[in-house]
Amino acid sequence: MASVTQNFMKLFRGSSGASEAASPHAAEKLTRRSSGLGELSRLWDVDTPLCVLDLGSTSPANIRFFTERSHKIYSEDLLVASTEPSLVTKDEDGKVVLDSRKFLADNLVYPAAHFDVVLCWNLPDYLDESLVRPVMGRLWSVLKPGGMLLAFFHTKDAGPDSPCYRFHIIGKDTLEMQKIVMRREARRGPTGAIHTAIIDAFRLQRVFNNRHIETLFRDFASIKFFLARDNVREVLVVR
Amino acid sequence: MSAPLSGDLAQIGKSVVIKGELSGSEDLYVDGQVEGSIALKNFILTVGPNGQVKASVEAKGIVVQGKLEGNVQASDRVELRKSAIVTGDISTLRISIEEGAYLKGKVDIQGKSEKAAGK
Repeated sequence: MASVTQNFMKLFRGSSGASEAASPHAAEKLTRRSSGLGELSRLWDVDTPLCVLDLGSTSPANIRFFTERSHKIYSEDLLVASTEPSLVTKDEDGKVVLDSRKFLADNLVYPAAHFDVVLCWNLPDYLDESLVRPVMGRLWSVLKPGGMLLAFFHTKDAGPDSPCYRFHIIGKDTLEMQKIVMRREARRGPTGAIHTAIIDAFRLQRVFNNRHIETLFRDFASIKFFLARDNVREVLVVR
Repeated sequence: MSAPLSGDLAQIGKSVVIKGELSGSEDLYVDGQVEGSIALKNFILTVGPNGQVKASVEAKGIVVQGKLEGNVQASDRVELRKSAIVTGDISTLRISIEEGAYLKGKVDIQGKSEKAAGK
């Protein structure tokens, strides 16, 4: 009876219920084995501290994973950064694009050859077309020679509604994936008033085939593909 | 979480804006805007949910519920609550980050990296 009452009451709590649904924390978590991460894990036990760049959503689990092993971790959520309204501009043909120069002036600002590992996750699949190549170029320059980058790419069997995930490292070759549903963000408008904006979940922008992936990483020294069962190819590249 | 009420705690309210160097020898709760630098060597800085701090911060402990832009150095611990938005490098002995917190920057656990470097 109590649960019926609770369900009935939920009907009247529209706004608070929506707020829970909008939170990424409410999203279901899946566990996934990652061969690419397994390959990278050989590096984690080295004596010298590594510099690791995590380009996914801020993950307490990843920060804990690396700091417990005495490594330095840098966190930078590039997908969220790409939603910055001031990036929107038009190209020579009048097509709406994102300003990659401005984006790279505000993001990924690190010395050259600074990182041992870059965790790119599924960034290239969800990042706006105008930013993909410039971002990959910058990642090449901030990686140390011999440094490694891990990225995930959907195969053509993945539908356009393939969810964008946050990735949390929970073992040497195990990830917990948390669907990014949508979130509410307080933003200051032009008048100075603070309002709440709802950011939709990120949508799959394109599907790279193997050749596209090889072209994307053509400046890197080597590339290794790992096929997974969930319509995802894991790619480990070495600068 | 509402603003703590304590005799040993200085508070900067929501409507207060401070620009410059801030230092002290008691815990500080900032729910307003601070721009410059904050030094509370043996004390705790709390940035409240409405707080907007654009400063380099040095304290024993730092708790962030609002917005903090600048490098952070804590001799003991840093806590990023779920509403925290932090842009800057964090150097501390211990850190706790709640799910939902946003961080753009480096996390450097002092004792551990020094130990590792000295191996």
